[in-house]
Amino acid sequence: MRTVAETTIPELPLGERGGPAQPLISARGLIKHFPVKGSGFLQPKKVVRAVDGVDFDILKGETLGVVGESGCGKSTTARLLMQLIIPDQGDILFDGETVGGALPLAQYRRQVQMVFQDSYASLNPRLTIEESIAFAPRVHGVPQAKAIARAHDLLHRVGLEPVRFAGRYPHELSGGQRQRVNIARALALEPRLVILDEAVSALDKSVEAQVLNLLLDLKRDFGLTYLFISHDLNVVRFMCDRVMVMYLGKVAEVGTREAIYENTKHPYSAALLASMPKMDPAERTEEPPLSGDPPNPIDPPSGCRFHTRCSMAEGVCSATPPPLAVVSSEQRAACLMSVPGSGHSHAPKPAAELMEA
Amino acid sequence: MAAITADIVPAPIAVPRSPGFWSGVLHRLCRDPVALAALAVLIVIVAIAILAPYIAPYDPTKGSVIRRLKPIGTEGYFLGTDELGRDMLSRLIYGARLSLIMGVVPVPIAFVIGSIIGIVAGYAGGLTNTLIMRTVDVFYAFPSVLLAVALSGALGSGLTNALVSLTVVFIPQIARVAESVTTQIRSLDYVDAARASGAPAFTIIRVHVLGNVLGPIFVFATSLISVSMILASGLSFLGLGVRPPDAEWGLMLNTLRTAIYNNPAVAALPGVMIFVTSICFNLFSDGLRQAMDVKS
Amino acid sequence: MNEEQTVIDIRDLSVTFHRGRKPVKAVNGVSLSVEAGEVVALLGESGSGKSVTMRSLLRLHPKGTDVTGSMTVSGRDVMGLSTRELGQLRGATVSMVFQEPRLALDPVYTIGQQIEETIMRHEKVSRQAASERALALFQKVRIPSPERRLKNYPHEMSGGMLQRSMIAMALACNPKVLLADEPTTALDATVQIQILLLIRELQKEYGLSVIFVTHDIGVAAEVADRIAVMYAGRIVEEGRVGDIIRDPKHPYTKGLLGARVELAHGRDRLVTIPGSPPDLAAMPPGCAFAPRCGQASDICLRDVPPLKPIGETGNIACIQYA
Repeated sequence: MRTVAETTIPELPLGERGGPAQPLISARGLIKHFPVKGSGFLQPKKVVRAVDGVDFDILKGETLGVVGESGCGKSTTARLLMQLIIPDQGDILFDGETVGGALPLAQYRRQVQMVFQDSYASLNPRLTIEESIAFAPRVHGVPQAKAIARAHDLLHRVGLEPVRFAGRYPHELSGGQRQRVNIARALALEPRLVILDEAVSALDKSVEAQVLNLLLDLKRDFGLTYLFISHDLNVVRFMCDRVMVMYLGKVAEVGTREAIYENTKHPYSAALLASMPKMDPAERTEEPPLSGDPPNPIDPPSGCRFHTRCSMAEGVCSATPPPLAVVSSEQRAACLMSVPGSGHSHAPKPAAELMEA
Repeated sequence: MAAITADIVPAPIAVPRSPGFWSGVLHRLCRDPVALAALAVLIVIVAIAILAPYIAPYDPTKGSVIRRLKPIGTEGYFLGTDELGRDMLSRLIYGARLSLIMGVVPVPIAFVIGSIIGIVAGYAGGLTNTLIMRTVDVFYAFPSVLLAVALSGALGSGLTNALVSLTVVFIPQIARVAESVTTQIRSLDYVDAARASGAPAFTIIRVHVLGNVLGPIFVFATSLISVSMILASGLSFLGLGVRPPDAEWGLMLNTLRTAIYNNPAVAALPGVMIFVTSICFNLFSDGLRQAMDVKS
Repeated sequence: MNEEQTVIDIRDLSVTFHRGRKPVKAVNGVSLSVEAGEVVALLGESGSGKSVTMRSLLRLHPKGTDVTGSMTVSGRDVMGLSTRELGQLRGATVSMVFQEPRLALDPVYTIGQQIEETIMRHEKVSRQAASERALALFQKVRIPSPERRLKNYPHEMSGGMLQRSMIAMALACNPKVLLADEPTTALDATVQIQILLLIRELQKEYGLSVIFVTHDIGVAAEVADRIAVMYAGRIVEEGRVGDIIRDPKHPYTKGLLGARVELAHGRDRLVTIPGSPPDLAAMPPGCAFAPRCGQASDICLRDVPPLKPIGETGNIACIQYA
């Protein structure tokens, strides 16, 4: 196997700056509201609260999974991180430096790349595979011959023989092969963070397994950090070190994989997990864990946004928005049942009351 | 396997390239008999126009009062004569020259200008888009015939002015198509991927947008050639385009209208030519559109 | 097996499309029967021919498609039906639920109008009676505030509600057979399980025979009585759902079940099936899975293995079990 070092392009330096303990990326209070088209004429302007106050860290070398239903804001979060859309409020810190502040956008973009769900729409149909992969290095001033050589190297690395594939066009490839090309393209700038937005969701299961293995290998070989967005909780469990559950533009729960999957503190995470099909026809699901569709993010419910569908909801839930409370060193949950003295009957007693008793 | 090549520095290897997009288009076009037939007819018409002095039997402007309005099939005047006794065949052959110029010239000019306007508006989006496209819409709001007539009327009659006014008529139409195609392409993931790689807007437009929008705009523009011919005929018919005694199909239709009761077959001939030519352009552009669909 | 109870009987179905340069054999000798009140899942990856097989039952293929073999649905020969009879079959005896309800519904009519139209097209009833039945159907598929929802246009409904409406419409004329083409693939997992439970419940209540096309083994395990696994236009294994999931026999089925991420705990890599499915326009002469199969022999590369019975209820097309 060729090693990375041989093909490292000096024009594209990698920079470790903040040290291993510094999170690779920190999102602080991200807010993005989209205006609803056609509203605002003779009536108050409506907005889709796609991302409504989201904080999280991605640690160096980890894979953070993001799960949630459609409309929960996971794809918007990815595009905000990618700076494809500009947040209304909030900051992104990359290795300790504010993006767009201490860290110029151009330098940031070299270090963060993205793989999209639709493998076909993410490749220019008029460019050959090698041209698509070589495009970004060319933009950053790598000479043509070198960029093409690197493209071939990356193709080889993602399991596509350059001799057979480099000169082909996207429509001549299968979905799995195209997604390998997209991964190669994302790696062409030697990024440190790769955002995978439902990157394997459109693939057949047997192909999905191959691509997941490839992603694991690449992560190890290139020292990558992943943000892995998926609706498939099984895949997230396999791929991720930590998991963030989102609901209607807010973080519902975040924690290590073990904490979320085996000891969830949020009724929504529990419902999501229970919704996965059982692989045992003898023990089929009898009652749907949640009823109805996720509410519209244009007009989210008051208080805890999940209270309209939550089986544990009490009066206090519709009044008080829950903070993202620390449950343990490895888990935080936005549920009043985890907030001492919140007024929910399942909430732990506040320390002061315990002292009195 | 990979292990064998481990310490070989990767040199750019000769990679067999798949046939490109345009060779695929050509391949598919070659299997479309209708488009090919239309193209063949167009080639014949163009050839006739170019070779007019060599194949026209008579001078198209020389008439004779004694042989006015001879019917089709008259000895020596195969397609009859017009109201001034000029040979219809010769006039139709020479008329192809001006008619084709009037039909074809405005379109590529409008294609270039309209595409630039539309692509800039589509890629920029937001306020820039709104400003450009609303301005375009002002022109678009007038029916194209009315706009062409008004512009020609304001500029004065004559070939050049007619060409200018036709070009102006087509620019908003092409700009609108260019804008909508660009807006569509711009929302695709590969443009986002290019933006995420830090490429400047101009590079993205050059590499990722142009190649994918020019095709559809081009097809739309080809379909405008027939419209242009008909509009040009209209202008000439109203006396705003080519001036007599030059031969142009629209103008011929105009002057022959007095003979429509005496000799309808001859009077209809220029109309037939306009019809055949414009429908061939339409069929060809339709075939081209289908051939450019990669999935077919 | 009781012959009288067989509602759907497909014998040696082959479907060939002529669109590109080479003819594409999407379905290649499929035989399948579904009994009354039985749910059969057609499981396969894209290009396996599962959807094409199902659509053949309503003769929904474009003109110029070669369809050979025989198909009967509740005793009627589908291949021999006239256009008129086919129209009666579609929607009345056999109805279908699609992956994208948004594309299957007409955007300019309300859902209520569309259900009423469906009823009135097949039965001589007044609009009043039809609209009462539409309301009852909406209650049946448990759409909240059904009166109001019937007056909604498709774009005013969420994906899950639309799929419920599609199911209501599919049941409008009391069909015997429901064809479901990946009806939950585009939905969130939380909504998917609701729809699966609804289909299961209505199927029992109406005694429907269901063909459920899916690429997701988990979904098949939730709804199906039997699973038929398709690969490259052929059924490679077929049997009761428990048998297929607990004890898969065919190397492809084994591979599919083995590649599941749920099994990978504590392992750092997934077990995968190498390679990719064959090009349907250039099929290998022997078993289509042989090029990817770890146990393939020379015979596998030469002869297509027939689908043979195994055990009491299963069938398998693999030389190892011949």
